[in-house]
Amino acid sequence: MNDKHLANTKADKITRREALKLAGVGGIGLLLGATGVNSLLPSASKNEQTSATPAHADEIIPFYGKHQSGIITPMQDFICMGAFDLTTTSLGDVRKLFQSWTQAAAHMTTGKNVDEESDNALLPPVDTGEAMGLRPMKLTITFGLGASFFDERFGLAAKRPAPLVDLPRFNSDEMRKEWSDGDIVVQVCANDPQVAFHALRNLARIARGKAVLHWLQEGFQRTSASDPTGSTPRNLMGFKDGTNNPQVNDSATANEIVWAQTAESPAWMAGGSYMVMRRIRMRIEVWDRSSLTDQENTFGRHRITGAPLGKANEFDELELDRKDSKGKPVVPVDSHVALAHMEGKVKILRRGYSYSSGMDLKTGQLDAGLLFICFNRDPRKQFIPMQQKLASVDLLNEYITHVGSGLYACLPGASEGGYIGDTLF
Amino acid sequence: MIQKWSYPLAAVVLGSSLLAACGNAQTQTEEKKPEAAQPDKPAAADQSATASNASATSPELQASIDQYRKWVVDQTDQFVKATESFTTAVKAGDMEKAKKEYAPARAYFERIEPIAESLGDFDPWIDAREGDVPDNEWRGYHKLEKALWETKSVADQGKVADQLLQDVKQLRVKVESVEIDVPMLVTGAVELLNEVSTSKVTGEEERYSHTDLYDFAANVEGAHEIYKVLKPAVTAKDSALASEIEARFADLDKALAPYRKGDGYVLYTELKEDQVKKLSQSLDALAEPLSKMGTIVGG
Repeated sequence: MNDKHLANTKADKITRREALKLAGVGGIGLLLGATGVNSLLPSASKNEQTSATPAHADEIIPFYGKHQSGIITPMQDFICMGAFDLTTTSLGDVRKLFQSWTQAAAHMTTGKNVDEESDNALLPPVDTGEAMGLRPMKLTITFGLGASFFDERFGLAAKRPAPLVDLPRFNSDEMRKEWSDGDIVVQVCANDPQVAFHALRNLARIARGKAVLHWLQEGFQRTSASDPTGSTPRNLMGFKDGTNNPQVNDSATANEIVWAQTAESPAWMAGGSYMVMRRIRMRIEVWDRSSLTDQENTFGRHRITGAPLGKANEFDELELDRKDSKGKPVVPVDSHVALAHMEGKVKILRRGYSYSSGMDLKTGQLDAGLLFICFNRDPRKQFIPMQQKLASVDLLNEYITHVGSGLYACLPGASEGGYIGDTLF
Repeated sequence: MIQKWSYPLAAVVLGSSLLAACGNAQTQTEEKKPEAAQPDKPAAADQSATASNASATSPELQASIDQYRKWVVDQTDQFVKATESFTTAVKAGDMEKAKKEYAPARAYFERIEPIAESLGDFDPWIDAREGDVPDNEWRGYHKLEKALWETKSVADQGKVADQLLQDVKQLRVKVESVEIDVPMLVTGAVELLNEVSTSKVTGEEERYSHTDLYDFAANVEGAHEIYKVLKPAVTAKDSALASEIEARFADLDKALAPYRKGDGYVLYTELKEDQVKKLSQSLDALAEPLSKMGTIVGG
């Protein structure tokens, strides 16, 4: 750790590293994996989920473990995510692909090359090289399977988990095939965009001949360096996004919200989770010319503080039944925060990033928005009802369009010697 | 129009049209200093010197090289004949015949393109597209392509036709003595597929005739020929790699099959976006294992 990191450490009130020392696990704790660490911490700061402090922005997040990393792992700064379609029709090839991917991912997450280089100069380099000499940067690589994986090709139709439904069409969806679905999803997150891209690129290279990319989207949020306090990040509409994200540091909550349970999922999914991806394009130009009042009523929060309308602080309680002097709700009933609240009964773990994909050549407008990602234990009871409600009345719909979508069964973690997917294949 | 031998992998790794554009720009600037007087500048020799630590070629590999050379000479023979017929049609003003013979004649060249490239300036002379070289130096097949399909008149193309035939005949002479070694074969096979990635699969090779799929198939056939002569060595060294390469050649052949029409191929403009994507991805799937053929040398 260099001086700059030390200085940053001092600036933070309490870092995870210090918390670990307090918890008496020291450096060893870092080897236990995100899950292990989280379960050892009595409680984390309110925004642990969405922040990574620069003091340890370059560390290793262990790849192997009961759960895959990149799910309840506190969010890194960047994402590079892609879906693949299998071109092979042999389950043996699929198994080999996941074995190679597991090995490559385990190497890369520790900051190593994808594999050992050969000394034959007539061969192309084994690793593509752009991450050479770079630190691990909390790289996580998370694999999931789409519903199409369970069609007739591999004889696995009977193993399709019940929660892995075909998502219904929601109001005002404008889905594009080229931004949706895919047999396999790979979510790569890291605190360095080049480290993230490198990982996905090498996985795509390994897949050549067995699987092809179906879609790829990069995303970002403010970096941990520009916000060392780790406050709730703002989306591209300028509002804080993720204030109400559940804290999943204790395993009871994580089991309730995130991890697949045998009550509704098959045994091979134990320790896995269901990921929803929505590519949500924002009508940036329209939003930019709406009044502050409209913007705040749309979200149900104050723009600067992130506090619920009528409140002073971001984490003040959301009181949906509060009325103003004319008897109207202070927080509009069709505001985003009011609808997403779901009476506090339905929760999902959100892990989305902003995206910018240049411009829309047809209209000359910005092509930017939210690469929405959430994890849930059973989307039929969590994401789907929530989105049905949002899609029907949310004021935000005037400013956004869902153009891509996918639901994926994120596999359980692998132990060393095993591979991602070994419970299924 | 082939890229220089020195950037063999760039295109297949990223396959982006932006990268291809950069490559072209480089090619252009390099070709601004034409070496018309010395067409036999030994571009390949220094390449193989840097790439090869296998100066001692085994008798088996030498046999492969000889077999390949024989095939190259044969292709070039046929290229001369086809070009003669094509240029005769152009000079006679027989547009229909010339248009019919254009793509099949070019295929002979596309199969052996890396060899032609290694012999000096034949590639720009024979195969430059408009804008690849300064306008006043532009000659060859694509110039006649433009006359046939775009300006629709070959009345003033007699000189271009004569020059083309002369260039092709000179290529035939040079091919006889071309230096071929294993690194050149290994790189050349991938290079042929990179050619497809950068210009054929994007429809940029045959701007006016849209016969890109003829070139596509010919480049792949050229790579396949190289694999065929090296197959015993690849199989001996890494049989899994050999079967992978063969499976991918078969896949690509299958992917091309729907677009065969008579003795040739449908026009590029008849392909839909997702069909182009599928062809491109099948090509990448082949090029990746093919790029590992170098394993037969050393170690």
